[in-house]
Amino acid sequence: MDASGEVSSSTVPAEVLPVEVKDPDSDEVVVADRPWVVIVWNDPVNLMSYVTFVLQKLFGYSKDKATKLMLDVHHKGKAVVSSGSRDKAELDVFHLHEHGLWATMEHDE
Amino acid sequence: MPPRPVKRTRSGQYDIRLSPEERTLLRGLGPLMRQVLTDDTDPARNRLFPVAYPDDDDRQTEYRLLASGELLDSHLAALATLEETVDAERLDADAVYAWMRALNEVRLVLGARLEISEEGDERPSAGDDPQAQAFAIYDYLTWLQGEIIETLSR
Repeated sequence: MDASGEVSSSTVPAEVLPVEVKDPDSDEVVVADRPWVVIVWNDPVNLMSYVTFVLQKLFGYSKDKATKLMLDVHHKGKAVVSSGSRDKAELDVFHLHEHGLWATMEHDE
Repeated sequence: MPPRPVKRTRSGQYDIRLSPEERTLLRGLGPLMRQVLTDDTDPARNRLFPVAYPDDDDRQTEYRLLASGELLDSHLAALATLEETVDAERLDADAVYAWMRALNEVRLVLGARLEISEEGDERPSAGDDPQAQAFAIYDYLTWLQGEIIETLSR
């Protein structure tokens, strides 16, 4: 379901899954390519409907997926909302900060 | 039921139905927020500039240097749109989106000042408590932002 309307032309691509890049010769995960994860933390001010809406707008998520992530933030205190290279994660964090969401990033374990 | 304050038109624009008193309140938000945004010593300002790397001071410093100017401009731009269009009776989608963001910025600052903890916080009784007005503004902005989100989400 696309409930995002015609608000703006977000250029952020659709859902990006963690990518494990492997060295073709060694079969070991290359440390430098270990993905970064972007985490949104619960806060008492941002509305649940707002968090859902922003996740849809920024990441192109379906309403169902964005709602599930929002509920994880609300009930578990945080949720991983995207992942990828450090540059991509930092851009995602920046866009979340533009929208007032409490977002951090860290190297995936 | 009062009419919805923000309603999508057939042409994809948005009708804004607010009283003069509501628009006056909204008009006052710009100066308040510019003061907060430009005061490095205001703790409420921190909420609009979150830490990206809580466990890595070097990278956090780098992120701050790289991003904080652009982040400030972005916050100010949303507020500027709200101020410039505060008397409009019809807005395009981008302007409504800016209103939504600007209202959220104000709510984050007020929420930090009022130490909002959960939805459903007890409100001081009006009159004697100097915070009563701030709570009333916070609650009004919460309602209006919720209406905008609902309209945009439809």
